[in-house]
Amino acid sequence: MTSLNLEENFQSKIDTEIKIEPKDWMPDAYRKTLIRQISQHAHSEIVGMLPEGNWITRAPSLRRKLILLAKVQDEGGHGLYLYSAAETLGADRDELVQQLLTGKAKYSSIFNYPTLNWADIGAIGWLVDGAAIMNQVMLTRTSYGPYARAMVRICKEESFHQRQGYEIMMAMAGGSPEQKAMAQDALNRWWWPSLMMFGPRDSESAHSDQASKWKIKRKSNDELRQQFVDVTVPQAERIGLSVPDPDLKWNEARGHNDFGEIDWDEFWSVVKGNGPCNRQRLQARIKAYEDGAWVREAAMAHAEKKEQRKIEPEAAVKAA
Amino acid sequence: MTDTSIKYLLQLADNALILGHRLGEWCGHAPEMELDIALTNIALDLTGQARNLYQRAAELEGQGKTEDDLAYLRDVWDFRNVLLVEQPNGDFAHTIVRQFLFDTYNYCLHQELAHSADEWVAGFAAKSLKEIAYHQRFSSEWVVRLGDGTEVSHAKMQAAIDDLWTYSGELTLPNEVEKQMASQGIGADLAKIKPAIDAKRAEVLATASLQGPTGTWMQSGGKDGRHSEHLGFILSEMQFLQRAYPGQEW
Repeated sequence: MTSLNLEENFQSKIDTEIKIEPKDWMPDAYRKTLIRQISQHAHSEIVGMLPEGNWITRAPSLRRKLILLAKVQDEGGHGLYLYSAAETLGADRDELVQQLLTGKAKYSSIFNYPTLNWADIGAIGWLVDGAAIMNQVMLTRTSYGPYARAMVRICKEESFHQRQGYEIMMAMAGGSPEQKAMAQDALNRWWWPSLMMFGPRDSESAHSDQASKWKIKRKSNDELRQQFVDVTVPQAERIGLSVPDPDLKWNEARGHNDFGEIDWDEFWSVVKGNGPCNRQRLQARIKAYEDGAWVREAAMAHAEKKEQRKIEPEAAVKAA
Repeated sequence: MTDTSIKYLLQLADNALILGHRLGEWCGHAPEMELDIALTNIALDLTGQARNLYQRAAELEGQGKTEDDLAYLRDVWDFRNVLLVEQPNGDFAHTIVRQFLFDTYNYCLHQELAHSADEWVAGFAAKSLKEIAYHQRFSSEWVVRLGDGTEVSHAKMQAAIDDLWTYSGELTLPNEVEKQMASQGIGADLAKIKPAIDAKRAEVLATASLQGPTGTWMQSGGKDGRHSEHLGFILSEMQFLQRAYPGQEW
């Protein structure tokens, strides 16, 4: 087949909703886009462990501590799962991790915000995981098979995360005045960054057109953002918290909520590394990697020695 | 069931809670993603075990306390955990050696408790034993891997053993509570399980070409509420919200 035919064949599979599998021919740009997107997603899971891990030792009850440990552990699992999905495209996990540590690869900016009170753990589950789910549910139908299948499993766990987050918010919003204040404070700080998670406006998004033609992405940033606002606003109202947006208003004609303008200067500033915790997050990952080097080297050396010991007695037997 | 039984359950619970807490500190910072997940897994098991034990202790006390009252509202001198589990994570070698010393004890202990005259204790131990068997396998494998791996890893492991060995004796040194519980057939007879623990440790250390020190002075006191300086900091962090905002639902 000529490269033109290959490309047509590839696009026709996509158009007829046949999943692309690892051994199928695919355009280089498709492969690159997916590796970039999947590895960014994996990095986000791993870096995302940090702001929540920040509260494991201070969780206010044994039940909450268990749930939080399990949730952060799930995220580690998602990270591994996604790195594996990226490896089906010929990427190498160590190289991807290096890209994260050198700052070459991005991860979700949301994790560059700090967790300052316990309600932040609720807000992350409710808003951050809630926003992630919007995106991930869409990705269960993405055109690349291994990525779509990884998303099916991840979505199940994420919806549990979202529920436990909302449950924390509900408990606190219905608790003492101090608890309610913590819940409102957390919503105030996480609301806008959560809306930013969907990325730039459609008119400004660099990757959207090609990604939708390849059905990597099946809804636009703005569509997903609107969907998130419409789902989340009534949830806030139900527990008596107010969304920090004076322009938020139900628009009967559109059948959607209108909402205020995102501070795009803040968005780009955090992307460029100037969020409140960009440095700390990356430094924490680098420290874990560097401090752990001797452990990984020792594990490798031991595995090699073990292999060697298996071969040597065999060789000795043969020689005899 | 008596006051002594409650104290015995709290000893078990506090060990699990504090060690689980220490392991939780690794979350997001371990040398490898797979290790991060494994350490968190053990933290989950231990915290879950602690929860069961506190619930049972609270029930026996019969004063309407909850598991959280016992975990979050007692002070350092009330805690009955051994000194070993409150020692800081240090480097990964220290964490693994601490875990290995505890797991080898904990495994034999729960094997014995699975035959306790107390039905609840026997059931709890049988259930937990599966988890603890995994912990012991994990930490033993890592002792061997790091002891055998490279010169650097071997030196770090030997240093961790030398640092922590002093806390290994308390585990099998019975206090009054344990003596009473053993005599009633509810608790384990520590003198009886000590040879099996020592043998397991010796076997793993030999495979790892590491040395268990001899003639080390053994620290003790944790089981009776005399702790190292570390526990106060653990509790002030762990209990912060419950102390600052008493009586709330979270």
